[in-house]
Amino acid sequence: MTKAADSQTLVSLYRKMALIRNYEETMVNIYWEGKTPVFDIAAGTVPGEMHLAAGQEPVAVGVCAHLRDEDTVTAPHRAHHFAIAKGVDLKKMSAEIFGKETGLGHGKGGHMHLFDTAKKFGCSGIIGAGMPIACGAALAAKKMGKDWVAVSFFGEGTANQGSFHESLNLAAVWKLPAVFVCEDNSYAISVPKSKSTSVANNADRAASYGIPGIEVQQNDVMAVYEAAGEAIARARRGEGPTLLEIKTDRYLGHFQGDPELYRDKNEVGHLREHDPIQLLGKHLTDNAILSAGDLAQINQEVANEVSEAIEFARQSPYPKPEDALKHVFV
Amino acid sequence: MSQVMTERLLTTSKAISEAIAQEMELDPSVFVMGEDVGVYGGIFGSTTGLFERFGGERVMDTPISETAFIGAATGAALEGMRPIVELMFVDFFGVCMDQIYNHMAKNIYMSGGNLKIPVVLTTAMGGGYSDAAQHSQCLYGLFAHLPGIKIVVPSNAYDAKGLMISAIRDDNPVMYFMHKGIMGLGWMTPLPEAMSHVPEESYSIPFGQAAIKQIGNHVTIVTLGIMVHRAMAAAAELAKEGIQAEVIDLRTLVPLDTDTIVNSVKKTHRLLIVDEDYLSFGMSGEICARVVENALDYLDAPVKRLAVPDVPIPYSRPMEQFVLPNADKIAQAARDLARM
Repeated sequence: MTKAADSQTLVSLYRKMALIRNYEETMVNIYWEGKTPVFDIAAGTVPGEMHLAAGQEPVAVGVCAHLRDEDTVTAPHRAHHFAIAKGVDLKKMSAEIFGKETGLGHGKGGHMHLFDTAKKFGCSGIIGAGMPIACGAALAAKKMGKDWVAVSFFGEGTANQGSFHESLNLAAVWKLPAVFVCEDNSYAISVPKSKSTSVANNADRAASYGIPGIEVQQNDVMAVYEAAGEAIARARRGEGPTLLEIKTDRYLGHFQGDPELYRDKNEVGHLREHDPIQLLGKHLTDNAILSAGDLAQINQEVANEVSEAIEFARQSPYPKPEDALKHVFV
Repeated sequence: MSQVMTERLLTTSKAISEAIAQEMELDPSVFVMGEDVGVYGGIFGSTTGLFERFGGERVMDTPISETAFIGAATGAALEGMRPIVELMFVDFFGVCMDQIYNHMAKNIYMSGGNLKIPVVLTTAMGGGYSDAAQHSQCLYGLFAHLPGIKIVVPSNAYDAKGLMISAIRDDNPVMYFMHKGIMGLGWMTPLPEAMSHVPEESYSIPFGQAAIKQIGNHVTIVTLGIMVHRAMAAAAELAKEGIQAEVIDLRTLVPLDTDTIVNSVKKTHRLLIVDEDYLSFGMSGEICARVVENALDYLDAPVKRLAVPDVPIPYSRPMEQFVLPNADKIAQAARDLARM
C-alpha cells in the first residue's frame, strides 16, 4: 500500500524543492547575462539552450526521495530538477552548465547532457532516449541480482515517441525493475497535449503493456511521493515496471527566450496561485512541523548553497581548446 | 615426445560464437541479446550453440524493437555489464540510429571520459545474393564517419575470433560487421577461403593492425571483408601475368592502420582501393586522402577506386553483379594501374 511521508521526510522534500526553485530562478538571471539588449543564443555567461523546470519540482523530488545512490535515473533535456533531486553535485553540475573544466563532463556536455557516475544520473537532449537506457540499467540490476531500480523521467510529449512504446513493452515482457515517470506539464514545446495525444491520460497506455498505470492529478509532492513509493517498491520486489503520469506546471517558457505565444498571458499567474512549494510550506506550518522562521532559514540555506555552486562555476577555468580532442574513447 | 597438432578448420560464424562463448565463460558480465540469437543461433550463425550452453538469461531473444534493446545495451553497459547486441542487418539502423549514434557513441565524450560503454554491436552486411536495397548494404563507412564507435570488419574465421575477443574486452562501443558471404552459412554461396584454422585457445587481435595477405611490389590493393578474398583471387590471376599485387586487409576501419597502407604505397607506387560500400564520401575516399596526405610524391599513377557506384543495391542479378566489385573487376583495375 501507499505510504504517506512522515514529518522529517516532508521537511526534506521541502528543502529539495526550495533548492531546485532557487537554482532555476537563479539560472534565469545568469542565462540573460550578456544576452541583452540583443538576444544572441551563443553569447553570455551560459550560452546555448536553457530549459528550466520552475514549477515542476514535485515530480523530481517526490520520486527521487525513494531512490538510493545505486538506483539509476535517466532524464530528458529539462533535467536540472531531476539531477538535483537525485543528489548530483551542484558545483560540478553548475560548472558543466557554464562550460568549465571542473564540470561533470569537463565542459563537453552542457546543460542537456549531465552525467554523474557517482549518483548514477544521466540525461539526454533527445526525446524518449532515456527510456531504453533505463531498461538496460534495470536489466543489469536484475542480472546482477541487485534490488536496484531504474527510473526514467520524460515529458508528456514523449509518450507519442516510438521509444516510449518500445521501452514499456520491453520492460513489461522482461519484468524489469523500472519506473517510467511521465511529467505532464501540458505542452510539448508549444503543442498542447490535447492536440498531440490520442488519450487524455498517458497512464491509460500502461494497459497496452499489461503493467500498472497511475495518474497523479495534482502538482503536489506529497501525492507524488505516495504514488512513486509504491511503484518503486514494486520494482524493487521484482514485480516489474510501472508507468506514472504526474500533472505538473511549467512556469517558464520551453526554453529561455520562448515568446510563449501558445498560452494565455495570465495562465502562469493562475498556476502560481497553487505553487507546490508554498503549499507544502503551508502544510508544514499549519501542522506545526516547522515555524515560519524555520522555513525562512531553509530558504536562506538553499540560497547559500546555490550561490556557492554558481560562484564555483564562475571561478572555474575553461577547458583548454585542444581538450576537445580528448575522450572520444576511454 | 612429438605432439600431434590438430588444426581445426572453422567457419567464421563458428569462430565468432566460440569467441563469445569463451568470453562468457571468463566473465559473467558478458551476455548476448538480439533478434533470434537464442534457439535459432542468430540468423547469420554468430550465436550458434550459445543458448544451449548458457541459457536464456545470458542469450536473450528480444522483441523486434531495436531502439529499446540497443538502448538497453548501452544502459546495461553503463552499469558494468558487457553486452553483445545484434542488429540483424546493418540496413536496419534507421529504426535505432538515435540510440546507436546519439547515445552509445557520444555519451563517453559528453561525460568527459567518465563513462565506459563496453557494448559490442554485431551486424550483418553485404550483398551479392539478390536481397536488394534494404538488406545488402555495407555501410561501415557511414559509421566510421561518426566519431565514437570502433569499426571492425573481419574477412575470415581466424581474424573473426581474435577481433571479437578484443571487441568484448574493449571499454568503448564497437560495431562488429559480419559479411554474410564469409560466415559459412549453408544457404549462401560457399567461400571456403573464409574458413581458417582457428586455435581452440583464446587469443586476441589488436585493433588498428591491418594484415598484409600477400606481399607484392607492383600495386597495392587495400580492402576488407569479403573483398579480401576477391582481391586474393584477382592477385592470383595477376601473378600469372607477372604483376605482383600487395593485398592489405584492413580488419578495422576505426582505428585505421594508415601506416601499413602508406608504407605499402611507398613501395608499390600504385594504389587500388576496393570497397563494397558506396563510392562517394566513404572508405575509398578516406584512404585515398590519407595516402595523398602522406605519400603523394610516391604515387606513380592516379589512385583507383572500385566501389558501388552510388546507387542503391539493385535486386536483379545482372544489375547487382554489375554494381558490386568482383575478382575480374579488381584484376582489370590493378592491371590498368600496373601498366600506367
